[in-house]
Amino acid sequence: MTKGPLEGVRILDFTWAWAGPHATLLLALLGAEVIKVESRRRLDHTRLRSLMTGPTMTSPDHSVIFNDLNIRKLSLTLNLSQPKAVEIAKRVVQISDVVTQNMRPGVMDRLGLGYDDLKAVKPDIIMLSSSAVGATGPERTYTGYAPTFAAMGGHAHITGHLDGPPMPLSGAVDLRVGTTSAFAILAALYYRARTGKGQNIDLSSTEAVSALIGHIFMDHSMNGRVQTRAGNRDQTMAPHNCYPCLGENKWVTIAIACEEEWDALRRLVGDSRLQDERFADASSRWQNQEALDQLIAEWTSSRSQEEVTQALQKVGVAAMPVLDGPALVQDTHLRERAVLQPLQHPAIGEKLTVSPPWKFSRTPAQIDRPGPLLGEHNQYVLGQLLGMSSEEIERLVAEEVVY
Amino acid sequence: MAETALDGLKVLEYCQMISGPYCGKLLADLGAEVIKVEEPPAGDAARTRGPFPDDIPHPDKSGLFLYLNTNKLGITLSPRTTSGCQVLQRLAEQADVLIEDRPPGEMADLGLDYAALSALNPRLVVTSITPFGQTGPYRDYKSHHLNLYHASGHSSFFYVAPKERRKEPPVVAGGEVGDYDGGLAAAVATLAALFSRLTTGQGQHIDISKFEALLALERVVVARFANTPEPPDWPGMVGGLLPCQDGHVVITAVQEHQWQALMELMGNPAWAQDEECRNEITRSQHRDEIQPLLEEWMAQHPKEELYHKGQTFGVPIGPVRTSAEIANWPQARQRGFFTHLDHPQAGELEYPTAAYRMSETPWQGERAAPLLGEHNEQIYCGRLSYSREQLDRMAADGTI
Repeated sequence: MTKGPLEGVRILDFTWAWAGPHATLLLALLGAEVIKVESRRRLDHTRLRSLMTGPTMTSPDHSVIFNDLNIRKLSLTLNLSQPKAVEIAKRVVQISDVVTQNMRPGVMDRLGLGYDDLKAVKPDIIMLSSSAVGATGPERTYTGYAPTFAAMGGHAHITGHLDGPPMPLSGAVDLRVGTTSAFAILAALYYRARTGKGQNIDLSSTEAVSALIGHIFMDHSMNGRVQTRAGNRDQTMAPHNCYPCLGENKWVTIAIACEEEWDALRRLVGDSRLQDERFADASSRWQNQEALDQLIAEWTSSRSQEEVTQALQKVGVAAMPVLDGPALVQDTHLRERAVLQPLQHPAIGEKLTVSPPWKFSRTPAQIDRPGPLLGEHNQYVLGQLLGMSSEEIERLVAEEVVY
Repeated sequence: MAETALDGLKVLEYCQMISGPYCGKLLADLGAEVIKVEEPPAGDAARTRGPFPDDIPHPDKSGLFLYLNTNKLGITLSPRTTSGCQVLQRLAEQADVLIEDRPPGEMADLGLDYAALSALNPRLVVTSITPFGQTGPYRDYKSHHLNLYHASGHSSFFYVAPKERRKEPPVVAGGEVGDYDGGLAAAVATLAALFSRLTTGQGQHIDISKFEALLALERVVVARFANTPEPPDWPGMVGGLLPCQDGHVVITAVQEHQWQALMELMGNPAWAQDEECRNEITRSQHRDEIQPLLEEWMAQHPKEELYHKGQTFGVPIGPVRTSAEIANWPQARQRGFFTHLDHPQAGELEYPTAAYRMSETPWQGERAAPLLGEHNEQIYCGRLSYSREQLDRMAADGTI
């Protein structure tokens, strides 16, 4: 087995839900050893419930969602309401490189696990705290989830149909926040490797949303103008939309960026109405895009998604089917690139999981272990890493410190 | 001036538009020296995209380009000419990273692929960013943000439309976010490869597919479809997007204590005691009856009042904000999320910075985006020791 690029990095992970766990998932897939701190007293709710996947789970070890967001991690159960558990956590910090957490700002400090506490026991520790609007500022205690981040970060306002309401997007917002966290942690690791210095990172999930659509703020900065919803329209390209295809709720996207592509499309469609002077150049096509879209839709609606896509790509025009979950699972390109990989899990059996979005020539990412059962690695962390005896561990379990 | 996280790192960026430049920007903003290679005469296509001040197009004033190219040095170079190709090889010999976004195969045709460059500089990390990756049946497909976003499942997953709108086509997320996502994934992978190089001394090639970067952000939903052929219908959350007096708010009162907090905010209405409101499941089953009750109440209150009051009660609630409202948001301003950068053509403008406050190595706005070819003399004469005359010749023959 090849070693991942982060082989040898140890992360103590206090995050839960989606955004925080996605950050450490990426680092785990890059080879880091991630020890997830959990407790029966305060379970990561993705272990138990999700309306999205159906009924509430009866065991903490049967959640497909939890498994998917925690692949390759280890689970250590610590009941942090007990001072002894906090001391044990600090001992793990002493042998770790990074600590991550996404509790409401202030909670880790009250537990005695704030950055200053951790720095005292491990001077070069890197700590990343991710919260709704950041750990400083007047609203630091406010909370939120993916849809509120999208709303407050400006993304919901610019997403939706021309005449429709804003759209707060989906759980992908959380995963974006997590990817941003992973980037910041890697930068801090690189800095520490060269200088020996750790640091504290305070991340605002709402700002992470804004940074990923940053240029819309430039329009405000330059012109005092607010960008708003534009459906599938582009600021200059036309045609640029979703068009109906054969079948129920089947669509294809087409985007034309230059005259060459327009000519190719027009030749392929062969509709004389496209010769109309309303569509003579890019700017007139943009002005008359509603009429143009109707003509294109006439052509696409009697054809399948695949037929339209292949015919247009063949003549150098950007076109793709709109794919949903079942279609993505069947997609030939994703299959050939082994994007969906089977992963064996002791409680839920074999599950398909999505590979990380990078392919390394030398240090391929690894999916060699599923998400952990609750407390699965207590023995490894407490016994092997901290050198506790079996009796000591049993006592901690009985005292509900390890719980 | 504080230290920077990526001090001393030398990056070459041969990319256009959003994904590659965003990857370069993330590294440049944390202190890497990023040399942006633009092809004469027009340079990065983002220079032709708005917003522009007063909507007057100008290659040095594109808001898209300005945001995505902060803290970089800019040179012009045509790697398609023999001499230009040699210049790029010389630059790659001195670099730690090359980020490129040419269609698969093109760098190999130019003699600039990973095999060729790693022979010159085995420590080089080459990050290739393309719509579909370097292999697979779609590898040569053309694709813009619209195509990739819809193909990767995003629009099918988040679009739970009200009944009256269900016949409408799915809609793309605003702000070309999916192209940023590709750049962010590339930056994570690039830093990981650099970290690994600290111990191995070896570079490597990274293949980033923007399609897969987007797909990976819906990994939870994809896993659901991949593993449960007929997943249960999601009845939908009570709350979510709600119109209010002056716009919209979003409420995610998913946990029991959060729902109770919401009821308190609303003055504990009598209907909250009904059987339908007993728990998350029953509420979800009776969404059609409960949602209008929330809407009716929200409609009487403005969004910022709902936000602050709701948060005080413990409701996860957020107002749907415009870019102007965010630019004036005291929380973001106090945290220093926005900064001012001066640019010789575009003037002084306010820019978003980054979501992370790093205590030792803060985000730094050292310079605004480069003018086209602004640093030719600095790099070609200073770094590669060309004379002024050679520089003039290279400009005349189209190399730079």
